[in-house]
Amino acid sequence: MSINCLTPAFLIERDKDRCIDCQVCVRQCANEAHRWDEEEQRVFSEDANCVNCHRCVVMCPTKALHIKKFPLEFRYNANWTQEAMRAIYLQAETGGVLLTGMGNDRPYPIYWDHMLLNASQVTNPSIDPLREPMELKTYLGRKPDFLKIKNGKLLEDIPPQLELELPIMFSAMSFGSISLNAHKSLAAAAKKAGTYWNTGEGGLHKDLVEHGDHTIVQVASGRFGVDADYLKTAAAIEIKIGQGAKPGIGGHLPGEKVGEEVSQTRMIPLGTDAISPAPHHDIYSIEDLRQLIYSLKEATEYQKPIFVKIAAVHNVAAIASGIVRAGADVVAIDGFRGGTGAAPLRTRDSVGIPIEFALAAVDTRLREEGIRNKVSLVVGGSIRNSSDIVKAVALGADAVYIATSALISLGCHMCQKCYTGKCNWGIATQDPQLTKRLNPEIGAERAANLLKAWAHEIEELLGGMGINALESLRGNRLMLRGIGLTDRELNILGIKAAGE
Amino acid sequence: MKRVYAREEYCVGCKLCEIYCIAAHSKYKNDLVKTFKKEANPPISRILVEESRPVSFALQCRHCEDAPCTKACIVGAMQKNPKTGVVTNEEERCVGCWTCVLVCPFGAITRDERGHKVASKCDLCSDNSQMPACVEHCPNRALVYSEYVSNNGTK
Amino acid sequence: MLKEGHIRIPAGCAISGIMNKKGEVTSGQEIIKSIAVMHDRSNGLGGGFAAYGIYPEFKNHYALHLFFDDKKVKQETEFLLNKFFSIDLAETIPIRKINAIKNVPLIWRYFVKPKIKEMALHETESEFVVNFIMRINSEVEGAYVFSSGKNMGTFKGVGFPEDIGEFFRLDEYKAYSWTAHGRFPTNTPGWWGGAHPFSLLDWTIVHNGEISSYDANRRYLEMYGYKCTLQTDTEAITYIFDLLLRKFGIPLESAINIVAAPFWSKISRMNPDEQKLFKALRVVFSSLLINGPFSIILGSKNGFMALNDRLKLRSLVAAQKGDNLYIASEESAIREICKNPDKSWAPKGGEPVICLLDGKESLYEFDQVDENEFEHHSVAL
Repeated sequence: MSINCLTPAFLIERDKDRCIDCQVCVRQCANEAHRWDEEEQRVFSEDANCVNCHRCVVMCPTKALHIKKFPLEFRYNANWTQEAMRAIYLQAETGGVLLTGMGNDRPYPIYWDHMLLNASQVTNPSIDPLREPMELKTYLGRKPDFLKIKNGKLLEDIPPQLELELPIMFSAMSFGSISLNAHKSLAAAAKKAGTYWNTGEGGLHKDLVEHGDHTIVQVASGRFGVDADYLKTAAAIEIKIGQGAKPGIGGHLPGEKVGEEVSQTRMIPLGTDAISPAPHHDIYSIEDLRQLIYSLKEATEYQKPIFVKIAAVHNVAAIASGIVRAGADVVAIDGFRGGTGAAPLRTRDSVGIPIEFALAAVDTRLREEGIRNKVSLVVGGSIRNSSDIVKAVALGADAVYIATSALISLGCHMCQKCYTGKCNWGIATQDPQLTKRLNPEIGAERAANLLKAWAHEIEELLGGMGINALESLRGNRLMLRGIGLTDRELNILGIKAAGE
Repeated sequence: MKRVYAREEYCVGCKLCEIYCIAAHSKYKNDLVKTFKKEANPPISRILVEESRPVSFALQCRHCEDAPCTKACIVGAMQKNPKTGVVTNEEERCVGCWTCVLVCPFGAITRDERGHKVASKCDLCSDNSQMPACVEHCPNRALVYSEYVSNNGTK
Repeated sequence: MLKEGHIRIPAGCAISGIMNKKGEVTSGQEIIKSIAVMHDRSNGLGGGFAAYGIYPEFKNHYALHLFFDDKKVKQETEFLLNKFFSIDLAETIPIRKINAIKNVPLIWRYFVKPKIKEMALHETESEFVVNFIMRINSEVEGAYVFSSGKNMGTFKGVGFPEDIGEFFRLDEYKAYSWTAHGRFPTNTPGWWGGAHPFSLLDWTIVHNGEISSYDANRRYLEMYGYKCTLQTDTEAITYIFDLLLRKFGIPLESAINIVAAPFWSKISRMNPDEQKLFKALRVVFSSLLINGPFSIILGSKNGFMALNDRLKLRSLVAAQKGDNLYIASEESAIREICKNPDKSWAPKGGEPVICLLDGKESLYEFDQVDENEFEHHSVAL
């Protein structure tokens, strides 16, 4: 045994006047941050174990618990911050890569918060969504340039389209990285709201096949869970090239999370590590992508839209253009604040670009090339609320993907410890003791409520702008003004400054 | 009749049902802090979480149709209300012989030896008109208060 | 101050239109009377007219009407005109000097035919003309083509519409179809090119409204080579119809169902064939839905079509008497020139009023070359 320089990150405060020693906290903490002392007949805290997930705080019947940042002052140093030093202590201890969960938490600018929306005054009327129809319906898929019509009839069918009642879908999270109950919650919520959820790269559990018509199945570099039935059950197929939280990095589900259900769903042996390679080993270039897109189209008889999802990286506009030309029907772009179940900390925090820029650049580029209308554009990577969505659509998105917000609606408190498998909220875990904490009935209600609430808010914002169909906002950048942005940033976003 | 049903697949073993049961039957009705801090001898819980990880569920009196406890009671303290179907123990009359504890097929009756020895069991919060406290405070809908519906649809 | 084209200027308006189905021509007197009734709907910062059938002696020539800021830019433009077109007549447009109309630019018209050898492979004649106009209007500072159809012309400027009509001596022209526009812009661009009608080839549009979908419409149009130099709704609406009817060969009825699309709830109640068509129109051309208040009169050589937005957020009245059809923002503007119409009505939101010359089936007809273009498009898909 040698010295461990790591000090606790959090301090658990227990209000003695309120604590009734009922031990709910002890029973709820998978990290063992609360302990019952038989001799003292009272509950004690183990601060060092606390990850600040708030499970105990929420469950405590007398609200006797508070979690604070551990009040330990380091000598002030603007360069060697506490965080920088703690990372080194940890690596000195373990010799390992720093892991983390959820999205980038660094204080990079959030461009959504630097864009303001318009509203109608005098020269045209705003629309009250409670009195007038307001349409959020969105179709994702490839669009022909024009239609052949004769005698009031359409001569050629249009390619398959995904019909969304609102421009929000749940983005990919695999069974393995999150629990089956989390999947069940999202699938049921998507069905209820008239939208789609995404399996991520972990296959589709047999219990969820019934939700197939609201499911986007993912084909990623490990090809876990992919077979003909999987493709045919789905409403759409997504080829995952990359993910905003860890562009250029594959995935690794440790064997201990591969229990009976995960093993069957992923179609891999029980207890084996599931490793998704960094690239698809059959896609080393854009022409290879085209082959996979068309293999999937062939396999599903051209009946399902094919998504291609990439992380927002520096050259995203050109890459997206190539993807459109390779035959994708929907391009999904994940910004650098997108979440993950596990990613190397340094990758998560310093690789990729903000989704706002990526979206603006891709939309502009595709329009310059005259191919924007051929495909749909879906963006994700920290969509936090309905106004983020409205701004994304105004910048040029057809719809958004949400995952972190969806998990927060299920109870996630962003402790960023998904990779430990000890999620106290029953989300990012396969431990049966923990997964049952997420009752999919409640989860589905909460996630569907979030979608419903956001849809209402989007309608209000649209009505204020005098728009009664979402499509009239898409790419309508005049509805945006920048605030606190440089000329260069305004230029990239393609918007004017407030007051202009 | 309406009973409390446990859904073990969603029971998280937090035992909040027990804590709220205690408070519901204390003299500081539903005030958790006073119940546990001021009452010298707080009531014992009438609901019990059975646990063998990862399985857990909360158990309480099933208010049987043909309740053996009512037949075994030597003083007639244990009675089933013919209207509501709720089985209750009239604690003033109970002599603490525990015969009911022995005959209960579910082990849902416990001994209360805090004062005058009595049998303690779930009364479905009979004086609390709406929802039994355990059901109301279960954070995960692992307890539901509903009519029993059998496979053939009868209640 | 920025002029039209550098900034988007919302405006309210008055519109009016008269047409004779038999093609009988009348002077501009009546339309001036009609638009003058709605004096208060404009503020003296823009007025204009479109007239069809006015140049029978040059009916196979493109009649280009141009504003020039000065002689130098006129020379520069004429150099380009000579390069790409044979000019059969160049003259100033006759005007009447009146006190109300000031700051008059140089106003010229040219009757021209394209030089075939200057046309690019696959370029149709109409595309060639459009590309030339786009080039002048976006690249030649101080020159502006404001009318470019055959046997038709628009006349517009800064002033009240009745004064503009007098200024351009419209009482001396004879047309079978007239439309007029009075403008109420919310600031003072004072630029003649910014007045309405807006016109491209045979298309003219007079429009009242401010569309909220403007930038979504514009950015879609720009993918197809249109340059929205004026940043006005009217310009965008003209291009939308040009794209749909001329370039894509979409029937007028379907084009209307694109720009004033029925609600999804209505589409869901249609029969399967209709549903398939309407869904495809909304899905494929979602960016061409015109959202927000508008009333327009879209004119072509074959007739005109009046249309309201799907919520009917702007006033629009129609009337008919014998072979004449009347459209106006206000009924009073119709009654002024037609005391007792056979019938008058307020068209519903999204329901067009179409008036075509006898024997015509659509506002737009493909000529042979355009038909090939249609094929060319389908191959390129």
